[in-house]
This record gives sequence, C-alpha cells and structure tokens, in this order.
Amino acid sequence: MSERYLLPNGRVLRYSFNERLMHWVAGVSYVYLLLTGLAFWSPWLFWIAVVLGGGTISRVLHPWAGVIFFFSVLWMYAKWGPQMRGTERDKEWWHSLPHYIRNEDDEVPSEDRFNAGQKSLFWGFLWCGVVLFLTGLVLWEPHWVSWDLRWLRLIAVILHPIAALLTIALFMIHVYMGTLIERGAFGSVVRGDVSRKWAARYHRAWYEQVVRDAGADE
Amino acid sequence: MSQANLEIRRISGHAGPVPGAGVKREFEVAKLVDTTTCIGCKACEVACLEWNGLNFTDTTFDNSYQTMPETAWNYWNLIKFDEQHVMADASLVSYDDSKAGGGGSLMLLMRKDQCMHCAEPGCLEACPADGAIVQYANGIVDFQQEHCIGCGYCISGCPFDVPKFSPQSRKVFKCTLCVDRVSEGLEPACIKACPTGCLHFGTKPEMQELAETRAKQLRDVSGFTNAGVYDPLGVGGTHVIYVLHDVNNPEAYGGLPKDPRIPWTVKLWKYPLKWIGNLAMLGGLVGLGVHYLRFGPKTVKEDDDVKEIKKEGPQP
Repeated sequence: MSERYLLPNGRVLRYSFNERLMHWVAGVSYVYLLLTGLAFWSPWLFWIAVVLGGGTISRVLHPWAGVIFFFSVLWMYAKWGPQMRGTERDKEWWHSLPHYIRNEDDEVPSEDRFNAGQKSLFWGFLWCGVVLFLTGLVLWEPHWVSWDLRWLRLIAVILHPIAALLTIALFMIHVYMGTLIERGAFGSVVRGDVSRKWAARYHRAWYEQVVRDAGADE
Repeated sequence: MSQANLEIRRISGHAGPVPGAGVKREFEVAKLVDTTTCIGCKACEVACLEWNGLNFTDTTFDNSYQTMPETAWNYWNLIKFDEQHVMADASLVSYDDSKAGGGGSLMLLMRKDQCMHCAEPGCLEACPADGAIVQYANGIVDFQQEHCIGCGYCISGCPFDVPKFSPQSRKVFKCTLCVDRVSEGLEPACIKACPTGCLHFGTKPEMQELAETRAKQLRDVSGFTNAGVYDPLGVGGTHVIYVLHDVNNPEAYGGLPKDPRIPWTVKLWKYPLKWIGNLAMLGGLVGLGVHYLRFGPKTVKEDDDVKEIKKEGPQP
C-alpha cells in the first residue's frame, strides 16, 4: 500500500484527495439537481427555480448538471465498485440494523471500509443515476423525440421522478448520518482523516486492516 | 399573450387558488370545423399567419396538397389532406385497403388541424411552470411564452401533438384561438377568412347544436349514415369541434385520435405519485428529526482504539 493510512497524532486517512473531490463533484451537482428538480416537481417549490436564476435558466442547466452528476457516479463506480460488493459481514450488519438505529453500536458487528448501509447507498445512487440519466436524455430537448416515439417520453416522465424520489430518500439518510449522527464523518470527506477511535468504532475491520498493513510496511 | 380582461379558470404550475375564478360571467366559446364543406383552400392557414404575424416558411411537397407534414411552432393551423374511399356502408377506408377489398369511391378528406382547446388540457396538467399555460373561463387554452421554461412537458401531456417547441427561443407555441381577437369580441382570423362557411365560431352550445344539425342532415339527406360530431369526452370535450363524414373513423382525417386522453403516465405522475412523494419526503424529514430527538448522535468510546492488534503483521 503506497499511501500511508496511519497518520500522526492518532489520525487515520479515510478518504484520499481524489475520493473527496469525486464526492463533492457528485454532491454539488446533486444538490443543484435536487433543488431545480424539486422546483419543477411542485408548484409550491417553484420559487427555488426563481431564486436560482429563473425557471428557464434552471431548465437549461439541470440536464448539464445531470451529465456532471452521472459521470461523477461512474467515477465512483470505477473507484469504489470493488469495495462495494456485498459480503457475509453485510448480512450480519443488516440483522443488527435495529441496534445500529438505536445507537447500540456495541451490538453491531465489525464493519469494513464501507458498511452494508453505505454500500446500499452507493448501489442505489448508481442505478437511480443510470435511470435518471437515460430518462433525462429522452426529456432533454423536446424536439429530439418524435411523435412516433412518444411512448419513450411518457415512460421517462414517470420514471424520472420515481428514480429521483428514491435518491432523495437515500440522500436524506446519507446527509443525516454523515453530519448529525456519526460526528467526524463529515470532516473525513472534507479533510480526509478521522480519529483512530472513530475508525475503530465505526469501521473496525477496515481499521484493523489499516493497522496491520502499517505494521507490515515497517 | 396575456389577456388581463379574460377570467382565468386554470393556471399551470400554480400554488394556491386561481385568482378571480368565478367572478365574471363568461360564455364558453367553440370553433366548429365542418370537414364536409371544406374545400382545402388554405385561406385559414394564411389568415393565421397574417393575424399572428408569423413568418412565411418553406412548404414541403409530399405528393399531396398538404402544406407540410405537421403543424410547426410558427405554423399553428394546417389542413390535413387524406385520400380515402367511401364504401357502400358509408364508412371510410384508406386508399390501399379499399384497393384490396375493391369498390368504394375516392374522397379527399380535408381537416383543419390546430389546437383543440380541451376542457381538461393535458398540456396544462403536465406543465411545471407557474402561469406558462392558462385556461380562460371561455375555454381557450393559451400559452404564455414569457413564463414558459421550455421543458417540453406540455408536448408529453397533449394527446393531439399540438404544442411545438422552437429550438431558437426555447419556448413552445400553438394556436391561441386568436384569444386577442376573441377577448375584443371578434371571431378568430381563420373563421373570418373561410370562404365556404365550413368554419363557425360562437358559444359552445350554439356550435354543438349547429354541428348536430349538420350531422343529421348528412345522415338523412347525403347518405353519410355514420356522420357525427367529434367532441371527445376523454379530455372533457373540446372547444374546437368537428363534423365528420364518418365519426367512427376519425383516424382517417390525418390521424385524429379516436379516444384522446391525457396519457396515464402523466396522470399517475401528477396525482398519486406527487402526493406519495410529498408525503414520503415530509415523513422522512419528520422521521429523521424524531430519531435525532430520541437517540441523538452516536458516540465514540474512549477505549475504542485497538492498540492490541497494532503491528501484528499481515493476516492470512
């Protein structure tokens, strides 16, 4: 392992610079898509589009933000795909979900770099991203789809918001967990590091591996 | 093309009540197109361009009298020409099918195609932009381009392929039923130009009565036993109605849909999905808030560090 994961002062490197950049390209583009999308979703939220420069500008930029988001999700797939595959440990984690929700973390099995919930978030965003991208292409320019291919547009009209709603559910849980519940998680995706205690608490199997690898290097 | 002096019945993408609804006394208007007396002169097409100040555009020749295949963002009124055969039972059969079956006499159908001004407009249902589409109490459905965001969802909502997107301006356009003329007590430009009297304009009940009278005449006197009025209920009736020689086969008239409805995916998205989605999003936010109040943040314990496994070396 070329990169040093164990840092001085009791810190552990959790996300590399590239991973953080990738996360925030996806994050910023997603938030823009979410806000403009919600404006088009409900008349009660149309004011968001007005605040963001007007409905027309929002409609012009929304698909381009979608392209950025889609490619950042593909980037994530290239980088994180192998780490996101399900393991036996994940099944135990799902069984302990009620404990996890109640903050009874002593009852939760040791977790890899990404726990089963994070893996679900990843795959959910990936597959919804694919659906949103494909349906978004159909809806992008109204004159791209002829009247004879109207069924494509009618499928896209219903699938695009369904996929978007699924990502909103994932997004709400993700932001809630990352900012309010697991204190230190937000910092890890900004500065990159976490405390050893944090690593041992939430991703013990990963931390143990990091420590072992560090020992092997020396 | 905002008409401040007309009462508004519905507004697209609008939160809250519709201003002024039910205040003024309004008649519902309708345009009657009698396809049986149209001669295909296209005076209505020219009058539409003239009145609305639209540029003259190239026509497309396709072995037909038709000006172009479809209406366009800058060509809102198009007569559709169809060669059909009238069979012995007064039904219409397409030219190719009648050759196979034999018999029938050739007839050139001419139908003036434009926005139907549905009582339940799919374009307005699908539109997310506040005020981009309005329906006046007189039944006219009008696009307000200054509020249009160019998303093209109206095109998905319309069962008649009427709204047309202009890539240059990124806005959608269609027939206004000459709302600017009608609001001043004038008839639409196409009606004014029609030389045969196949186009009529008046209140909806008047036009329905006239249409039924004409259809009866066609059935009783002219031998068109399937003649009838096209005023499709799937979209709540329309403010453009047709008299057809064969009301059972509207598709023969340049693809007029037999039972037009707002597409079910648009309905599903605008009604159940919108409510399920809104409740789910609100429920999610409330749920997370309650979770935080009940359980609060996770905490890292002081003895969490794993000193004992440090530098044990790689595991198999």
